[in-house]
Amino acid sequence: MAWLSWVLWTPLAGALALAVFPNSRPALIRGWSFFTSIVAFAFSLGMLASFHTGQAGMQMVEQHRWIPAFGATYKLGVDGISLFLVILTTFLIPICVLASWKIEKNPKLFMALLLVLETAITGVFLAGDLLLFYVFWEGMLVPMYFLIGYWGYERRIYAAVKFFIYTLLGGLLMFAGILVLAFHAAGPLGHFTFDLAQIQTVHISVALQRWLFLAFFAAFAIKVPLFPVHTWLPDAHTEAPTAGSVILAGVLLKLGGYGFLRYAVSLFPHAAKEFAPWIVALALIGIIYGALVATVQRDLKRLVAYSSVAHLGFVVLGIFAFSLTSLQGASLQMISHGVSTGGLFLLVGMLYERRHTRLIEDFGGLGAITPIFGGIFLIVVLSSLGLPGLNGFVGEFLVLIGSFTPHRLWAVIGAVGVILAAVYLLWAYQRSSSWRRCSR
Amino acid sequence: MVAAVPSIVRADWLVLLFPALGSIILMFYGQRMKRAAGPIATLMMTASFVVAGITFFRIAGRPEGNRSFVHTIYTFFHAGGLNVNVDYRIDPLSITMMLVVTGVGTLIHLYSIGYMRGDPREGRYFQYLNLFAFSMLLLVMANNFLIMFVGWELVGLCSYLLIGFWFDREQAAVAAKKAFITNRVGDFSFVIGLFLIFTHFGTLDFGKVFSSAPTVITAGTATAIGLLLFGGAAGKSAQIPLYVWLPDAMLGPTPVSALIHAATMVTAGVYMVARTHVFYDLGHSAAVVVASIGAATMLMAGLIAIAQDDIKRVLAYSTISQLGYMFIGVGSGAYVAGMFHLVTHAFFKALLFLGAGSVLHALHDRGDITQMGGLWRRIPWTAFVFALGWLAIIAFPGTSGFFSKDQVLEGAYGAGHTTIWAIGVIAAAITGFYMTRLLYLTFFGKSRDNEGVHPHESPVSMVFPMVLLGIAAIIGGFLINGNGENGRLARFLEPSVGPRAVAAVPAPTSAQTPETGVLPHRNGSLSAGALSGIATTAGVGGAVVALAMYGGLWDWQRRRENPGLAWRAVSNKFFVDDVYQFLFTSVGMLVATALAFVVDATWIDGVVNGFGTVTTKVAAVGRRVQTGLVRSYALGILGGGVLLLAFFVARAVR
Repeated sequence: MAWLSWVLWTPLAGALALAVFPNSRPALIRGWSFFTSIVAFAFSLGMLASFHTGQAGMQMVEQHRWIPAFGATYKLGVDGISLFLVILTTFLIPICVLASWKIEKNPKLFMALLLVLETAITGVFLAGDLLLFYVFWEGMLVPMYFLIGYWGYERRIYAAVKFFIYTLLGGLLMFAGILVLAFHAAGPLGHFTFDLAQIQTVHISVALQRWLFLAFFAAFAIKVPLFPVHTWLPDAHTEAPTAGSVILAGVLLKLGGYGFLRYAVSLFPHAAKEFAPWIVALALIGIIYGALVATVQRDLKRLVAYSSVAHLGFVVLGIFAFSLTSLQGASLQMISHGVSTGGLFLLVGMLYERRHTRLIEDFGGLGAITPIFGGIFLIVVLSSLGLPGLNGFVGEFLVLIGSFTPHRLWAVIGAVGVILAAVYLLWAYQRSSSWRRCSR
Repeated sequence: MVAAVPSIVRADWLVLLFPALGSIILMFYGQRMKRAAGPIATLMMTASFVVAGITFFRIAGRPEGNRSFVHTIYTFFHAGGLNVNVDYRIDPLSITMMLVVTGVGTLIHLYSIGYMRGDPREGRYFQYLNLFAFSMLLLVMANNFLIMFVGWELVGLCSYLLIGFWFDREQAAVAAKKAFITNRVGDFSFVIGLFLIFTHFGTLDFGKVFSSAPTVITAGTATAIGLLLFGGAAGKSAQIPLYVWLPDAMLGPTPVSALIHAATMVTAGVYMVARTHVFYDLGHSAAVVVASIGAATMLMAGLIAIAQDDIKRVLAYSTISQLGYMFIGVGSGAYVAGMFHLVTHAFFKALLFLGAGSVLHALHDRGDITQMGGLWRRIPWTAFVFALGWLAIIAFPGTSGFFSKDQVLEGAYGAGHTTIWAIGVIAAAITGFYMTRLLYLTFFGKSRDNEGVHPHESPVSMVFPMVLLGIAAIIGGFLINGNGENGRLARFLEPSVGPRAVAAVPAPTSAQTPETGVLPHRNGSLSAGALSGIATTAGVGGAVVALAMYGGLWDWQRRRENPGLAWRAVSNKFFVDDVYQFLFTSVGMLVATALAFVVDATWIDGVVNGFGTVTTKVAAVGRRVQTGLVRSYALGILGGGVLLLAFFVARAVR
């Protein structure tokens, strides 16, 4: 069974089918969307079941003609890196549908966009062809833009435009890179192709690698995001509706990390190695800077957003430390950050729905009033700050221990971020969860 | 030495299982079963203690060289070159800790039943307490640095949860956060140490690391690792500069202070140094730092304790001070003495805290000793057991504290640390002073209670554990290791921590036989008897002075109203908390605020929005070009054509 295509197209098909649903029956729309997302999740589990661990390279590869004139093909494949990112996506979407159950404003369009977004994201992870990859990459932009701009909070238009321009700018540079790469590879290969596996066999001079690396880097650095091109993130995360924030933090940021691993590093290893110290420096600044800035945020959602800047810094550190352990840590960190930060956004979303405020100072005594919510909040916070035994720990630990051996200072600076994570998260938890004398 | 023979230890994981099980059961049903939660948790601890006891006898019954076992349960993770197993180690050192944790733990669980009765979150409390016992056992039974670190962090979590147990009190929530974050600073150091170990050894397994250490690493590396690990210990065991969290931690329920913040968790750092003694044996400077920090902390905390008015705060600073003693022991290579003091301190300090809890219970949580006095008539049992603990902590001859403190100081003296030994003697006098002040102001003299409280003695379930601990505090020391070098504990622990001071002191050794009770590597001229006499005189002397001063020779109440400079410095904890507050909270917040609202919002975003503005402006100008007048377009075309022509002409000419 072509699991990958089923996983990929089910959400889009579900979204298209939504067109025939009457607007007057929102319950039906929600139910159908949830059903679709669950089916996609089931397909992804099928993909997991037929995945062979311990086998290197792409598996379950599907390849069909697409645009023969350019040598572009419809090629899908999955390996150990993308496998769990796909499952993370299909796992989070049903949760997002549930979290958006009470959306009153045009639920049909909202759900349709969410499902289209799922197809686009899964496509990025599964694509084995550069042009296909690029189509999905830019395809994500449109639904996300509308999700933020139409269903977001007060400053949604500003946030949506900022997100759009930032991402588009990076994407266009990458597109130029893809074209140059395809033209370059056409010579030695004898034909024009966008097939990643074929292009990887072509020798690329170090000088060209540098330029191409930077072109790809622009797109991924913005997506991750790396300091100083991170400022779209707090705005987009804060203004997006809950489901949008969950998807943004849970999956969209990982596209940057995934892009580094799959494209930037694997296609241009020499350039990657050359630029690594600079990139790691930015990642380390992001870890410390994101944590410090998160500490003083008054808006709970903004705080979580900045925490993502810090946490994704570990991913970039793990990738560009170039040790096997740190790379595995980075892949793991992407998954665990998706779960824990997704969880945080859901919790903040719950609070907002009930109180119509996200300011920490407006809360207090949550632990006493809502003990179960408080307990879950605490667990997610602890996971996010990397407590051993919860999912945030292993990834961070592997990244740090893996990068310590080759680059001691990097790991030491990164470890400071682990202290700061405890500072901003526990402080926020304490202020929202215990009673305060002067608060309502 | 470490044989992979799991048969003897196959059942020993039950030690871990019982508290884990209790915690899981209580997590789901704790709040619903109300009164039953305490007994269930206590039962689990008792079972765990019984298993630990059986293990102890089985191990003790084996020949000395064959008492260490490792039991692998499964592989935690395998990533790159890092392979971590979940396994545990049963050896004399871990069993000693297991017995302390489960033994004292059981008594404190029992005590808590009475203490927490009626609290709306009783079930949650016992869940956390069981979880703590599990985590602490994980820490001491770990056979590799990572599992140890997991336990290390989990006990920190339990500490966080229990300090902030009454989270509706803001101060408690603040204290809990402070404890966790301060510990995180220590953990930072611990983790870097762990990375360094992994870099040099390629493994985190205790057995492999310790056995190959002498050949794999240099003294410098050993020192670095030792110092980094001690950084973690300084956090967990509240030593300078990271001790500030422990006094605030007293805002948690008192049995928690007894178990976590006196008897067990805070001693984890001492245990770690003993466990990783190889690094301190190889890197002598690290050991010296450990002993010196211990001495400085001991002195400072003792001085602060003199001027505290809250019964639990006095005990908290006392704990910090006593932990300093333990670090002097392990830092002088006298690992057995350090561990011995850990054990006796667990007895008498747990007892003192439970006694303080009983006082607070009687006085409805009013802990100011200047408002107490004469309580022995109202709560005689509490007063009696508290006095037993007092005897032990001032090291009255024959009590447990006497033997262990003596051996620690003897160890320091024997290792050539004469200054540290002298500080230890001074600290002994200070201990005698502040503990007597505490005892006298609380239980003796006239009642200064202005609130009209009618104190009542605590129930049997609270008094009984205190009596048992009282007995242990008095005779425990003599029974366990009354004989110093030849004591039971010394001979038991030797296979784990090695004969004392292996190569740690490159000093000439006087050939004295162990039978005389004198350490083999002794420096200095004073005999063991003289050392003991000096320390004991100091301790008892301090007590006598305090008794005289607070017993009537000195009008302390009037003096309080007009404190001198020294008193003010001491009662304000030497202003260390204020300096930290300024540096990390005020300055830190300023930096963070500047980053968030200046750098991020105006600089970086300013540039970003600047691009947008410039684009809009350029477009605004640019759109005027599009006038719709054909002649202006024609003019443009002409101008462009001329320029192109000029360009090609210029190229052709060159």
